[in-house]
Amino acid sequence: MSERNSKLVWNVILWIVLLTMPYWMNAVGGYTGLATRVLVLGLAAMSVNFLLGFTGVLSFGHAAYFGLGAYGVGMILKYIAPSTPLGILVGVLVGTLGAAVVGALIVKLRGIYFAMVTIAFGQMFYFIAFRWNTVTGGDDGLNGWRRMPIDLGLGKLDIASSGQIYYYMVLALFAVSVGIMALILRSPFGRTLLAIRENERRARFLGIPVERHIWIAFIISAAFASLAGVLYALLNNFVDPRSLHWTLSGNFVIMAVVGGMRSFWGPLIGAAIFVVLQDYVSSYTQNWMFFIGIFFVLIVLFFPRGVLGIIRRRQS
Amino acid sequence: MSMLEVKSVTQKFGSLVAVNNVSMAVEKGELRALIGPNGAGKTTFFNLISGFFRPTAGHILLEGKDITLTKPHERVAMGMARTFQVTEIFPELTVRQNLRTPVELAMGWRLRPWVSSADDARARARVQELLELGGLAANADRLTGELSHGDQRATEIMMALALQPRLLLLDEPTAGMGSRETYSTAMLIRRLHREQELTIVLVEHDMRVIFNLADRITVLAEGQVLDEGTPDDIAASEPVQMAYLGKAA
Repeated sequence: MSERNSKLVWNVILWIVLLTMPYWMNAVGGYTGLATRVLVLGLAAMSVNFLLGFTGVLSFGHAAYFGLGAYGVGMILKYIAPSTPLGILVGVLVGTLGAAVVGALIVKLRGIYFAMVTIAFGQMFYFIAFRWNTVTGGDDGLNGWRRMPIDLGLGKLDIASSGQIYYYMVLALFAVSVGIMALILRSPFGRTLLAIRENERRARFLGIPVERHIWIAFIISAAFASLAGVLYALLNNFVDPRSLHWTLSGNFVIMAVVGGMRSFWGPLIGAAIFVVLQDYVSSYTQNWMFFIGIFFVLIVLFFPRGVLGIIRRRQS
Repeated sequence: MSMLEVKSVTQKFGSLVAVNNVSMAVEKGELRALIGPNGAGKTTFFNLISGFFRPTAGHILLEGKDITLTKPHERVAMGMARTFQVTEIFPELTVRQNLRTPVELAMGWRLRPWVSSADDARARARVQELLELGGLAANADRLTGELSHGDQRATEIMMALALQPRLLLLDEPTAGMGSRETYSTAMLIRRLHREQELTIVLVEHDMRVIFNLADRITVLAEGQVLDEGTPDDIAASEPVQMAYLGKAA
């Protein structure tokens, strides 16, 4: 089987799995909300990997944009208008704008310095959410709102009462998002990002304004992270400051690395493993992170290309 | 108007004067070699021309335009491309992919989020042309990091060429090569110079390469121009023999 054909087969399998997930999740001991969480965190991990795996820039602060999106949609629904589409739009805009500002300040930094400063900015947003009780609900989180049915004109999309309908709405947005990311990565602009990942000096002396391109990639990546945050808040009908915390940023990076950061779908696989392990192990012990940690260390030590990297090596 | 004009350029690093009041003019279509003993300031001088550093003093003109303060990626847009002493390529991409990016950059598609199939075909054809010109077609779909040193160097030269520069800067193109690779690289450079009407400035250690290729030679020593002239002039130049060739012999 040629590489192209096997890619196509894997893609078809992946989409069949995603399309049918709510129907067999219960049979294997899961639930629809768990499936939705895989998609949402998978999208976040893929957005982090857009930078890490395809631009070569490690952001340790993507929870900031995830959380901005989450608070954005929550506040719109709670304070402004009971409109889910408006909330989604504003949430994504807020997160993306936040990233545009932060990104502009940090694109000259590289490696560990870049990572540290992304953490610092992320924690700044975390403390604002944590302290500003009257608006954000502080440590207790923002509640007293819920996702509202979406009026499509022809009919209502009742995401409010059906977890399954909400899953399919998330899947649709997920599909559009990963489609856009895949298109960008195959475009001339996407190839300049790979060039920067591979060799920044060469890229610069081929005529690529490296800082500007990293900035744009940062914004694109954060836009999808914000969307993931929005969808996460809508899933839980709740936001709390932990969705801004740097440990969540770290989890996104772990998902990307475990799944395989050089492969497009790797982070989704990583997110699935992470979410399922978390759900399964945490029902036995509070120390579920310990087992994820062991798994992470094993992967990094023995399979630096991640789970998908192992599968690929088997094939070739 | 000269292709490249360097006017009294000085570069200091702290108290070290790496390049001291150097002037040089390279005409259109010329192949200029830059030689000098180790530590003569050749690479620093090269870095000044390509925009790696900004000079402490002096001016650099490309086709009459002052580019002293112009950023490297903007110099590329003005028609300058360079290679490095230590090969700078995209090791984990195939040779074809290595060439694809500069081809697209030359077409002005830096920020394009998609390409039409007609444009894609155009870019592919251009990449293929470069692969064949550089003798890389057989290895086109291998990872560049897996190629021989000589083929990696050739890839880097073709990447620079893909930008369709008018001025090509080559920093020790035959560094680390055996004699056969050196010969084929020298032939490649000669062909590019003749067929593409390129102006080329190269830093080189291999005297056979220099005396075979260069129209004119500039000799640097201790950060200053020691002499400049045709290969015959330089071979006969006493100060050069004293400072450089004499030592080598």
